[in-house]
Amino acid sequence: MINDASLPLTLEASDWKLPSSRKVAIVCLILTETGLFSIFVAAYLFYLGKSLTGPTPSEVLETPIIPTICLLGSSLTIMLAERALRRENRRPFQLWWAITILLAVVFMGATAIEWHRLITVHHLTISTNLFGTTFYSLVGLHASHVIVGLCLLTLVLVFSLRGLVTPAQHQRIEMVSWYWHFVDAIWVIVFTVVYVIGR
Amino acid sequence: MAIQEVALTTGRASSISLVDRLHGLVVTVDHKKLGLMYIGTALIYLVVAGLMAVAMRLQLAVPVNTILEPDVFNRFFTMHGTSMVFLVGMPIVAGLGNYLVPLMIGARDMAFPRLNAFGYWMFVFGGLLLYFSYLGAPGLAGHGSAPDIGWFAYAPLTGRAFSRGNSTDYWILSLLMTSVGSTVSAINVIATAVALRCPGMKLMRMPLFVWLMIVVNFMILLALPALSAAQIMLLIDRYLGGHFFDTQAGGSAVIWQHFFWIFGHPEVYILIIPAFACVSEVVPVFSRKPIFGYPVMVGATVMIGLISTSVWAHHMFSVGMTSVGNTFFAISTFTVAVPTGIKIFNWLGTMYGGRIRFDLPMLFCIAFLFQFLIAGLTGMMLGVAPLNWQLTDSYFVVAHFHYTLVGGFLFGIFAGFYYWYPKAVGRLLNRRLGLWHFWLFVIGFHVTFDTMHFSGLLGMPRRIFTYDLGRGWDTLNFVTTLGALLQAVAILLFAINVVRSAKKGKLAGNDPWDAWTLEWTTSSPPPDYNFATTPSVRSRRPLWDLKHPEDPDWQYE
Repeated sequence: MINDASLPLTLEASDWKLPSSRKVAIVCLILTETGLFSIFVAAYLFYLGKSLTGPTPSEVLETPIIPTICLLGSSLTIMLAERALRRENRRPFQLWWAITILLAVVFMGATAIEWHRLITVHHLTISTNLFGTTFYSLVGLHASHVIVGLCLLTLVLVFSLRGLVTPAQHQRIEMVSWYWHFVDAIWVIVFTVVYVIGR
Repeated sequence: MAIQEVALTTGRASSISLVDRLHGLVVTVDHKKLGLMYIGTALIYLVVAGLMAVAMRLQLAVPVNTILEPDVFNRFFTMHGTSMVFLVGMPIVAGLGNYLVPLMIGARDMAFPRLNAFGYWMFVFGGLLLYFSYLGAPGLAGHGSAPDIGWFAYAPLTGRAFSRGNSTDYWILSLLMTSVGSTVSAINVIATAVALRCPGMKLMRMPLFVWLMIVVNFMILLALPALSAAQIMLLIDRYLGGHFFDTQAGGSAVIWQHFFWIFGHPEVYILIIPAFACVSEVVPVFSRKPIFGYPVMVGATVMIGLISTSVWAHHMFSVGMTSVGNTFFAISTFTVAVPTGIKIFNWLGTMYGGRIRFDLPMLFCIAFLFQFLIAGLTGMMLGVAPLNWQLTDSYFVVAHFHYTLVGGFLFGIFAGFYYWYPKAVGRLLNRRLGLWHFWLFVIGFHVTFDTMHFSGLLGMPRRIFTYDLGRGWDTLNFVTTLGALLQAVAILLFAINVVRSAKKGKLAGNDPWDAWTLEWTTSSPPPDYNFATTPSVRSRRPLWDLKHPEDPDWQYE
């Protein structure tokens, strides 16, 4: 029978290294989000060419080159921002961070223009046909993730302008950037599926 | 010393007013409180959904019975299935993980305590939303009340045309909420087990329970999004005029079945593996031997997790897949039997030659072993595609999955409950009442579900609210209902035992079972900070090392 409520320490705590719980958690989040996207991608691919009425993808979709460059470029700028924060350069951090937000806004604006064109010119809505249903769901799911990312990015910028983001918070900022890289990586898949394979 | 501490805390607790105590539950971020709240809430839903089962059994006891209206019956089997899976099974998984993982790895709390509380409240409000459908779903138009679409909610029955009113929306939204809760809880448990282990607790020194919890929570992360995605699509269909499952516009009803079972099949392993986890802790302690084949047990669990992602369409043999599809899913289904068989052999290997103590946790484990074996064998029968065509949607299937979920999951969880209750409460459950619970439940279980196999083989379809005289099912159904009543009495005794022993049970002390894992080093119930000093371990059985310094485990591992 043990009466003492503790075990003696037989190992130096400094020898004991474990992964950061934040990193493990964000990797898990990315894993489960990937699961969510893969079901929508599977549905998109399954329903390709199964619409009973028009318009079809090849008739109405235009490859969004510039928005894609903006979004992928934002992965680079957020990396530069994060590196600046690690080196304790506050101004460059804020600058690169603001550019990241700007690039994301351009991407969302381009999506808005694309959807406006599809709805008003081509009369493609989510209920028009299977293409509309799957297209708006998949691209919309990604766009909603961009919006969540934008909220996080803006929050960090506001905090930073108020002087609240110090290098001590570097790991938290890094986690935001991991999420942002994930959103960009998903766009590569959505882009390939919708605008390359799907046409 | 430990006994004094327990007396002190209970004395203090009774002087706090009820309002303060409830307030304490609402604002708590402590993993032990949240773990017990998860399990307590789940047990309430277990009683509610269990009473629905009893009502359905009373309706089916004799032919052409009129206790339940057909539409009430449909709502009951939907709510029974949905509740048992999402409001009983899942929160018990989360609750056990919450309570035990930090204690077993020598941590003071979960990695993200506030996220933990968020997950619990998402589950509670998701559950309340589901049951609120009884009041809220009729709406102004008065269509329906609770969901009546079955727990797997096949399209096109869930479409706007066939499922009017809001009952289906309650089903979708409440499950989306509980899914968010399950997801954050899964992330939290994995992060805790990976990042918060005490010094010396290498991955291969973790208790098997923790290993199995990691695997289960990874499966939750991979499987749940499939359900969430399908439910979002269904919402789009119902509210935005989408066509995902709308066959009139080229959509497919079968794709719902695929998406649902991509979630649904891993889900049954998500439920059973925590039972494995409890059994893997209880069997060695009560056989007085270390677990047989620890690395193989870890490997087998990971294998089950991996294979479970590729067997889903064995639920769909009768929808008309290609013969290639049927063959693939039949073979992959048989493959799951291999790692599961390894686990059963290892538990038997642990018991073999051991000095077995037939305490209550061990009794439940032994019943679990036999019953889960039979459940696995009928699972193999259903995995044979041609036999499945004959038996699909019959009471044979109902018998099979209740064998896994009651005979397997619930018995395993009861073993864990009797084992860890003294740790959580500080007092042992009463043995006599426990024995009554055990034997009544075993007998009731077999009377109910063994007979169901035969009514299924004789062609009784599932989900019928009544049947005609002279189909040859009358006696079997009457016996089934008698068994259900026996089980209800057993659960009642269990509930009485849980409430009574919390006040009057024998004091447990730190380590009532002479066990070997870290949770038994601290007082019962553990203090808020779990461990006064961070423990460190050198083997899989740190308490054995401490109790037997002359022959410690780390010399052999």
